[in-house]
Amino acid sequence: MRCAIVGSGNIGTDLMYKLKRADRLEPVAMVGIDPDSDGLARAREAGLDTTHEGVDWLLERADEVDLVFEATSAWVHRRNAPRYEAAGLRAVDLTPARLGPLVVPPVNGDATSDAPNVNLITCGGQATVPMVHAVASVAQVPYAEIVSAVASRSAGPGTRQNIDEFTRTTSDSLVTVGGAAHGKAIMVLNPAEPPVLMRNTVFCALSEGYDQDAVAASIVAMVDRVSSYVPGYRLKAEPVFETDVFGTPGGVVPARVVVLLEVEGAGDYFPPYAGNLDVMTASAVRVGETFATAMVPA
Amino acid sequence: MSASGGGAHVTTAAGAPPGTAPRFRLTDSTLRDGSHAVSHQFTTDQVRTVVAALDAAGVPVIEVTHGDGMGGSSFNYGFSHTPETELLKVAVDTATAARIAVLFVPGIGVKDDLREAADLGVSVARIATHCTEADIAEQHVALARDLGMEAVGFLMMAHMIEPAALAEQARLMASYGADCVYVVDSAGAMTIDDARRRVAAVRAAVDVDVGIHAHNNLSLAVANSLAALDEGVDQIDGCTTGLGAGAGNCPTEVLVATCAKSGIETGIDPFAMMDAAQDAVRPIRPDQGVIDRDGLLLGYAGVYGSFLLHAKRAAQRYGVDTKDILLELGRRGMVGGQEDMIIDVAVQLARSGAAPSATRGRGGHAS
Repeated sequence: MRCAIVGSGNIGTDLMYKLKRADRLEPVAMVGIDPDSDGLARAREAGLDTTHEGVDWLLERADEVDLVFEATSAWVHRRNAPRYEAAGLRAVDLTPARLGPLVVPPVNGDATSDAPNVNLITCGGQATVPMVHAVASVAQVPYAEIVSAVASRSAGPGTRQNIDEFTRTTSDSLVTVGGAAHGKAIMVLNPAEPPVLMRNTVFCALSEGYDQDAVAASIVAMVDRVSSYVPGYRLKAEPVFETDVFGTPGGVVPARVVVLLEVEGAGDYFPPYAGNLDVMTASAVRVGETFATAMVPA
Repeated sequence: MSASGGGAHVTTAAGAPPGTAPRFRLTDSTLRDGSHAVSHQFTTDQVRTVVAALDAAGVPVIEVTHGDGMGGSSFNYGFSHTPETELLKVAVDTATAARIAVLFVPGIGVKDDLREAADLGVSVARIATHCTEADIAEQHVALARDLGMEAVGFLMMAHMIEPAALAEQARLMASYGADCVYVVDSAGAMTIDDARRRVAAVRAAVDVDVGIHAHNNLSLAVANSLAALDEGVDQIDGCTTGLGAGAGNCPTEVLVATCAKSGIETGIDPFAMMDAAQDAVRPIRPDQGVIDRDGLLLGYAGVYGSFLLHAKRAAQRYGVDTKDILLELGRRGMVGGQEDMIIDVAVQLARSGAAPSATRGRGGHAS
């Protein structure tokens, strides 16, 4: 599939390098609004058509592109999305606009492979929803909670000014995509130098009668699936089971499983500590590949 | 039991002429920071009793929230015994003169929590961030003001950065519309000089009120608060009996008594405050006020005070030493809110075979 990247910032630029390596995806254009942007310069160097004149340029060439990756901001995507659709372009949305279904590749990537527009939730969602889903597929999860800690330097102004958007969208995805009955997300910025790698901790409440071995095996298997497209995604320890009386929003439970995750980035455009950005761009590529596979008759 | 007796109506024991305006505004955070010390198990009865006692003593602002702020009830920080909205209702209904405040941490709470607080009659919203991350509070400070609440910018773990950098963050908070910016010594790590220099830098940087929130790990909470007053703070936090995270906070009744002896008007009756401490708060945690090895260690190493009880529990569960957990958290540069890393550290220590000090023999410890 021929791909255009809209947005020439950090995310768009990192995404370009990953798309260059993808089998069924070919990045052909990058759209920006700043003629001096480093991203556009790198895109030109990589052989893409570029413009700093916004999406009008792209829509005039809509027949040369199949798929758009939106790496701008939520309000820009809300404005652009209807125009993409009218022009017959499908969209993978990396902003928090949430116009299309929320997608996490190993959970519902196939189910959304014919949607005109899909949304990638948040970096925390991409990192943690697979774990909640892994537990929920072998046990009841009355409540799931995630704590996502990222290096301060890897959180741009968009994230900082909209931290509520992160927590709310991620919380929702633990339920709607992950399969928990209730969800809560917490985000922490850590300014330590050298910058810390992205960390995610997933807590799943476990109801009476859960099978500890099955839960642990399901988690480990899912980590393998995610790390197949996010190579730096890994467990810091075996899943931890703690018993106590926990009065969660989903009811009182006798146990919880704690999944301690670390995400190291591939270092394409961001330094490796920014696993939070890497998990988004890697997931976007995976979604694009699923789209491309679905279009090709087997 | 009661310390009031005949002196109950003497509001200034020495120095300050009666009727002068208070030199600073005191916010008592027993029912917020103290929430850490009771693992967030406050009941409506406790809130009613404590608010009534503080209100009667003349405390002008009383903070009531889960220790980690609105929405803090969670696996990571501990689930609340009673929903904080119920506690806030009781607090607002009980207070006759005192205003009720909440703590709000962006990334933990969401804007709807602030709207709910305003609806319940809360009039002060304290928006807390790590001391380098003020810009995540911009929308929340603005929302608090829009809702008609007073907005306080609360810069936590302020010992971790130099005064000039802290002043820069304070300027941001003020630019978002904060009515006051606090220097928050979350780890109880500041010496008197540390507190003075930070308060002075912030004072010089902003035109709005400045406050100090001190913890007592180094037994300096009252001294640091008075040094901060010297440097021009307008607001000071206390917790009655010191009930709070880590080694506890600046004990309100001690601060008020010390101020009275020093001729510093607080607007608070020192005897009524002693009664509030002894009769309303002391029964909740009779042992509050002891600086044990772990509490001291937090201040010495500059580790977030709220980690203490979580670390003690993890130490017990995984058979490792609380001290080793706390020191490793400090080494990793963990900031407030990263309680999940306590499990991470404990599991790693257990796996690497670090036995608790009790089984290594206590000889090397000055306990």
